[in-house]
Amino acid sequence: MWEQIQSNIRRSRMIIALMAVLLTTLGAVVGTVWIGGAEGAVAGALGALMLWLLLWIISLSGGDKLILMSARAKEIKKEDAPILWNVVEEMTIASGLGAMPSIHVIDNDLPNAFATGRKPETASVAVTSGLLRRLNRDELQGVIAHEIAHIKNYDIRFLTTATVMVGAIVIVSDIFVRSLWFGGGRRRGSGRGDGQMIFLILALVMAVLAPLFANLLYYSVSRKREYLADASAARYTRYPLGLASALRKISGSFSGHRKAAKESTARALAPMYIVNPLQLSGASASLMATHPPTEKRIAVLEAMSGGAGWIDYENAFKKVTGDDCLSAGLTGSEGSVATRQATADADAKAAKQDRARVVTDMLDRFAGLLLIPCACGVRIKVPSGARHERVSCPRCGTGHEVPRAHGETEAAPQVLTHRRQGKDWESFECACGKPHQLSPAFRAGRVSCKKCGRTIEVVA
Amino acid sequence: MGATVVLIGLVVVVIAFFGWAIGIYNGLVGLRNRVKNAWSQIDVQLKRRHDLIPNLVETVKGYASHEAGTLQAVTEARSRAVSADGVAESSKAEGELSAALGRLMVVVEQYPDLKANQNFLGLQEELTTTENRIGFSRQHYNDEVMVYNTKTEVFPASVIAGMFNFEQADFFELENETEREVPKVSF
Repeated sequence: MWEQIQSNIRRSRMIIALMAVLLTTLGAVVGTVWIGGAEGAVAGALGALMLWLLLWIISLSGGDKLILMSARAKEIKKEDAPILWNVVEEMTIASGLGAMPSIHVIDNDLPNAFATGRKPETASVAVTSGLLRRLNRDELQGVIAHEIAHIKNYDIRFLTTATVMVGAIVIVSDIFVRSLWFGGGRRRGSGRGDGQMIFLILALVMAVLAPLFANLLYYSVSRKREYLADASAARYTRYPLGLASALRKISGSFSGHRKAAKESTARALAPMYIVNPLQLSGASASLMATHPPTEKRIAVLEAMSGGAGWIDYENAFKKVTGDDCLSAGLTGSEGSVATRQATADADAKAAKQDRARVVTDMLDRFAGLLLIPCACGVRIKVPSGARHERVSCPRCGTGHEVPRAHGETEAAPQVLTHRRQGKDWESFECACGKPHQLSPAFRAGRVSCKKCGRTIEVVA
Repeated sequence: MGATVVLIGLVVVVIAFFGWAIGIYNGLVGLRNRVKNAWSQIDVQLKRRHDLIPNLVETVKGYASHEAGTLQAVTEARSRAVSADGVAESSKAEGELSAALGRLMVVVEQYPDLKANQNFLGLQEELTTTENRIGFSRQHYNDEVMVYNTKTEVFPASVIAGMFNFEQADFFELENETEREVPKVSF
């Protein structure tokens, strides 16, 4: 495995270097057209590299947080989703990853998952609420193992760097093509020779093709890595059918909601997911696909009859596609590895209901609701800003105390009220002791305390 | 003149050889440490199970007081596992603990009130994950042992390994087939 990771890193470096050459050449060409001569070429190349460096530094210093934010992922604690948390820890142990990744949940009913981060020690895993609702423990384990494999194989870092590289190439080519479009007439008037005209056309062709080429480079590697992550997941879980069944459920629930999938996924994030939501069947066999066709991935996993090792994956891959997949160093390192049995789900229906409840509760808690379980089975939801000290159960009528202290520790700040005494200047104290002053112009509305962050409602 | 060139060449070769040998030696030490670390991970997970059991027994006791015998067996198996010394004794005691827990979980099936208890459901999930973690940490230990053992066997690292006494590590193996099946705690 270690050799595989090493060769993965080497291959990443090569691809990144190729992309850097492409970017520099593009910059040099653009510089020659704009400024002219050798100085222009050098300046253009340097400019393009500077742009890349800038983007790279930004992406390394907070790229993972940016990605999680734009996916609207919320970090969870163990109480929020114990099964998810436990499964992530189990897979951290099975993979021998040094540290457990942080876990995030996205409020989206379409099942999917991705991993991100700069290095394996500080990575993050994000799953959608739809995934948690639909997958049983074995399937969830398969998905998480796939994501942890991406972390362990340094795919997440490659993805970040490559995305930035492709981004820089796209920006440079875009600026260049636009500048020709808008400034072209003026330049053509300044009297250029035929040779320059031909060079201009060549430059234009290159600017249009460069992003395409960069993407092709990236996709060619990306597909292979999905297979490797699948093989790793099978090996970590010792249960290839779990991931196969999860992939089937994920791609199955997309089929009716292609439009929703497109709308709810940011284009830049699509290649990171376990199943690319923008590339569903049909076009997925093409060169421009980030992921191999899901049906093929499922077929390979299902063909691994009775084995979960590298060699078992390789044999299954050969049987399904006729090609090779994993490196010889990996498949030669060990024999077949026995699979384990499926986790028995004694009461599948109850487990399903339980999952749905956990997910709903978690999303409610994200929305700032306080959940009070009643002995009769009803879960009373109280907005965290509610001023009631007691609530009674709508089914059995039992009274429950609303825990104040709990409301204060919640992420959502507690709302207090202050009744306006008159119409002049007036001051009052927040519950934390910080004095607030109201001007005569302020009739009613919300004030937020600068010290404790509480929202205070001022009523007339 | 000629002699100096030969001498310099010889020195360079010797330095290169030592550098290479040191590299291999350090690689072997790194792998051996990973094996040790993987082994200690198993202990961490076993300890986790020991800590979980008193809580589980208390919760079950409240609902299924008739099962005092089964509960007693779990508690005793736990204390034997906690006080066990050495790899052989400890793995035997842990196997018995797994078996006792498996029996408890079968018995629990007859108590619907207990199975509806939130606290118990939480403990049940904790027990499931702990069993899984024990399994996965053993699995990971074996993976690391395999990498390390292969390295010590393959030339040229085998020469260095022989010189500096890098012994082959033992795989974690359950003693008999029945034990291998028992820890499958299914709910």
